[in-house]
Amino acid sequence: MARTLFDKVWDAHVVRELGDGWALLHIDRHLLHDLSGPPALAEVAARGLPLHDRELVFATPDHAMSSLPGRVATTFPLGGRLHGALKAQSAAMGVRLFDLGQPGQGIVHVMGPELGIVLPGLTVICGDSHTCTNGGLGAMAFGVGSSESTHALATQTLRQQKPKQMRVRCEGRLRPGVTAKDLALHTIGLLGAAAGVGHAVEFAGEAIEAMDVEGRLTLCNLSVELGARFGMVAPDERTFDFLRGRAFAPQGAAFDAAVAHWRTLPSDTGALFDCEVLIDAATVRPTITWGTSPEHAIAIDGQVPDPQAAEQEAERDTLAAALDYMGLAAGQAIAGTPVDWVFIGSCANSRLSDLRAAAEVVRGRHVATGVTAWVVPGSENVKRAAEAEGLHTLFEAAGFAWREPGCSMCVAANGEQVPPQQRSVSTSNRNFVGRQGPGARTHLASPAMAAAAAIAGAITDPAHLLLETAP
Amino acid sequence: MSISTGMQPFTTLTGPAAWLPRANVDTDVIIRIERLTTIGDRSRLGPYAMEALRYREDGSDDPSFVFNQPAFRGAPILLAGENFGCGSSREGAVWALQGMGVRCVIAPSFGDIFFNNCFQNGMLPIRLAPDAIEALARQCADGDAMTVDLTQCTLAAPDGSVAPFAIDPLRREGLLHGLDDIGLTLKDDALIRAWQAADRERRPWAWPAEHAA
Repeated sequence: MARTLFDKVWDAHVVRELGDGWALLHIDRHLLHDLSGPPALAEVAARGLPLHDRELVFATPDHAMSSLPGRVATTFPLGGRLHGALKAQSAAMGVRLFDLGQPGQGIVHVMGPELGIVLPGLTVICGDSHTCTNGGLGAMAFGVGSSESTHALATQTLRQQKPKQMRVRCEGRLRPGVTAKDLALHTIGLLGAAAGVGHAVEFAGEAIEAMDVEGRLTLCNLSVELGARFGMVAPDERTFDFLRGRAFAPQGAAFDAAVAHWRTLPSDTGALFDCEVLIDAATVRPTITWGTSPEHAIAIDGQVPDPQAAEQEAERDTLAAALDYMGLAAGQAIAGTPVDWVFIGSCANSRLSDLRAAAEVVRGRHVATGVTAWVVPGSENVKRAAEAEGLHTLFEAAGFAWREPGCSMCVAANGEQVPPQQRSVSTSNRNFVGRQGPGARTHLASPAMAAAAAIAGAITDPAHLLLETAP
Repeated sequence: MSISTGMQPFTTLTGPAAWLPRANVDTDVIIRIERLTTIGDRSRLGPYAMEALRYREDGSDDPSFVFNQPAFRGAPILLAGENFGCGSSREGAVWALQGMGVRCVIAPSFGDIFFNNCFQNGMLPIRLAPDAIEALARQCADGDAMTVDLTQCTLAAPDGSVAPFAIDPLRREGLLHGLDDIGLTLKDDALIRAWQAADRERRPWAWPAEHAA
């Protein structure tokens, strides 16, 4: 019987069928960070249980670490406490920790693929909803809460009910200047933030085949903003090339054996999905959010909606509340809206290709007066690679702050917040009320659009900026 | 090791049901991340649940927030909008709602991770059609009590009308008895270890080893 990519990975990990679509699934990789790692490790210890397979567990601090240049663990004191717990528990329980300043440290969803810890066909969990990022490599990767994390540390398995499956076929090619982030926001805007609830999503089609691996990681990162706990892209030659030679990827004959297995993973012709959606990739425009849900996405030349046009009272109220929170007027053009902050970073967009795309816009220009602009590389390795290309010099000369790797202002758990009522264009994945700080107004966008906003001091189509002669 | 963790079993629940019809109430709104980093004790999160909606800028109660209205203070049932609990995986979202007194959330749909986290903590999430939720909300608008009966899988409205709700049998069993999944799974440990031994033969590349990059 024809099977999907998700079916194949699921089937390969069933330790025991539990009935009604439930299975005891083996977990191949378990990633821990400073926020969700310590409570789960503490709970296992409190139960007097050992880690079932410590060599499958990897840890790095990212959430509550200051990104201040020259930072140490205690630069943000609360983070220092969490870091201390993660470090002590990792040492006591034999978990490999990639610590601050070491190659490998970084946002957990950036470092996993970067080190080849995550591979196609593996089951991967982390106490973090953006674990779906790893699906860009063809892994079945999903976020869990602390109870499930504890369960996996103690048993190396999870009791899971198989979700429904959705395929998002992106046919046609993205136009030049349109990125994976634009495609993701466009899709969420079109389908809604709950469209993927209860589903595993596979992204497929010509636009995905043509997309580089870092773009696929970005796209799958935003699966959870579509409501789906899993996002996946079938592994292909781009995936294999990306993984070859990475520190924890198999080497030599073992790599060849792995590739032979990975080639069997793509969905079979005729495999059935519970739901299939077609996106015309060629029509996607550079996209930005205007409101307080990722589904509040519009093209850069679009207008903020008018709540009065909504049919349902509840929707009118939701839209009106979002406009009010964001300090925007119904029907106004989104382009030209002045900004106070720009944040380039997060597990959505902090990889080397993201920083290069932002640098392309910034080159030869300067951040507008009154705008605070940050670049926070996704990992120590990304930071070093970017510095080797001179990107840090380019950003700093343009007036950006070049920071240390971590989650920083995306989740604002490290004390780094957008001040109340200030407006930020951010390359992160959540524009929720208070996400970047109480009262903070977040617009989600691609690295190029965020860079353009920093230069122009207002929300701008980066293409317009690139057409102008550099000042 | 016992199979029960002391998680409070869920059988029946009677009380007022507060209606918060907005869609996409995310876990950042349910509990801010810095409350989780600064408050170590999960039982003290209640006062911070939904603080962006619940308090005015000066810190006083916002009377327009349903749980601040006298009839709904401490209401154990929340009637919510679509995609409730979307966003982050933080289990603190469940703990914070519990701290506010909520033990059952009824919504058209839930964020998948939040939905899972509920069952790990003795909280019952029920999926129900939007019009059925609205009908319940109308009946409960003055603070009259409704009853959620997990033993019968029924919802009894204040007027006495009773309607069934659907729940996965395994989930129901776990909640009714306060079962501990870890204890259950470790009964299968021999099976897990046999699977692993076979997998090392089948997929040796899937077991990590570090190489010089």
